[in-house]
Amino acid sequence: MDLLWEAFREAWRLLSTGDGDVYGITARTAAITGTSTLVSMVIGIPAGLGLALGRYPGQRTLVAFANAGTGMPPVVAGLFVSLLLWRSGLFGGLRLIYTPTAIVFAQTIIATPVIVAITAAAVMALPPSLHLQIRAMGAGRIAYLWLVAREARLPILVAVMAGFGAVISEVGASMMVGGNLSGETRVLTTAAVLEVSKGNFGTALALGMILVAITVAVSLALTAVQQRAQRR
Amino acid sequence: MQRSLMRSLFALALLATIAPAAACRGDDERRELILATTTSTQDSGLLDVLIPRFEEESGMHVKVIAVGSGAAMAMGERGDADVLLVHSPAAEEQFVAAGYGVERARVMYNDLVIVGPPRDPAGVAGTSDAAAAMAKVAAAGAAFISRGDGSGTHAQELTLWAAAKIEVPTGRGWYAESGQGMGATLTIAAEKAAYTLTDRGTWLAAADRESLPIAVEGDPRLFNVYHVIVVDPDQHPRVNAQGARRFRAFLLQQDTLRLIGEFGRDTYGQPLFTPDPE
Repeated sequence: MDLLWEAFREAWRLLSTGDGDVYGITARTAAITGTSTLVSMVIGIPAGLGLALGRYPGQRTLVAFANAGTGMPPVVAGLFVSLLLWRSGLFGGLRLIYTPTAIVFAQTIIATPVIVAITAAAVMALPPSLHLQIRAMGAGRIAYLWLVAREARLPILVAVMAGFGAVISEVGASMMVGGNLSGETRVLTTAAVLEVSKGNFGTALALGMILVAITVAVSLALTAVQQRAQRR
Repeated sequence: MQRSLMRSLFALALLATIAPAAACRGDDERRELILATTTSTQDSGLLDVLIPRFEEESGMHVKVIAVGSGAAMAMGERGDADVLLVHSPAAEEQFVAAGYGVERARVMYNDLVIVGPPRDPAGVAGTSDAAAAMAKVAAAGAAFISRGDGSGTHAQELTLWAAAKIEVPTGRGWYAESGQGMGATLTIAAEKAAYTLTDRGTWLAAADRESLPIAVEGDPRLFNVYHVIVVDPDQHPRVNAQGARRFRAFLLQQDTLRLIGEFGRDTYGQPLFTPDPE
């Protein structure tokens, strides 16, 4: 119990003073996971739409793959990206291993299937009559996609939230491809693991509290957007 | 219509993947140095003192990857690191003999100690023969946590079992492998009231010392010597050998050695490492 109390006090001290680069680590985490989520959205939402709307052979298999991909273990994504980006790997010449970009790669592999699968499921759940309506309006290809996405915007928002949740909480991939370098690739989760291994449980708890605060804040913000959209 | 739609979506997805990579290139190859080292040098905080000085002095940028000695040498073998700071002498000699590394030089040592629960179920507290102590732990079936990760400390532990003429007790109920770094392993040992082999530096820096006091120390077999090794640039053209040599020279220069010898004195009342160049 003493330890817990001490950890809370230390956590509070770090949060109020910003010692131990907590602010830097927090900002970096926000930037990296934000980028990963954004890239995953840019890939995942169109891919999810394509998966749901296209009519081509193998479509069901692709949907199954996307669904399976939602359970992509971060360490597997990390290992895969490491094997490619290590100097001895295929893209070693790019010198991207142990950089924030490498983390973005790995996290994109983790979040994209989540966004694809949920988007596809949402679009497939739209009433068939809707497609006829939109076509009847004489909408072009892009307008058609846009209108369908608009109709499914609330579940797509859930897809983005789920993708973000997956990348902000993962530690395995960031550790492996980022190397947990202080000032460069140390993010909240990897920093917390390091502090635990150093025996600094207070610092680890402080980092954990920030992590939870970010997740809650982002979810609340997105939920607010969702609810406002729903009321309309 | 559907096909061209798919094609444009695919192009968009591809662009999104490549764009960030292209934006982040251009880090000057010769200014970046990857140091693969053991968890003990990082968890103890020594590198937090040394690396900024080296970076300032050389203008280079060091990426420290803290893994076990075994994993560090594997990185060296593949050319995924430029320079190693490791403590696993037998494996290091093989590494150099196999042509993966050059210019191996002794930098410093610390010592390993066997720590264990205060009630000392194996009755080894205060002794100094590490192999005999391991035999007693095994005979008593007292809980023991092994690193189990191919690190230098793990290698030392295996040597001790061999010296005690006991087969490595993998799979026995009282013997567990953490597979993690030294700091994490100490936490586990403290929680499970188990014995473990640790370097003194990490123990001083990370452990809950009251629940995991030193049981065995002072055995010559428990010396833990750190060497710096330059990864052979002839094997891997991408290795930054010039930077690696510069880092090696930095470690061996007088100022740095003095800094190593002083490190930890103000915090723990005793230095964690003893500089010991050849």
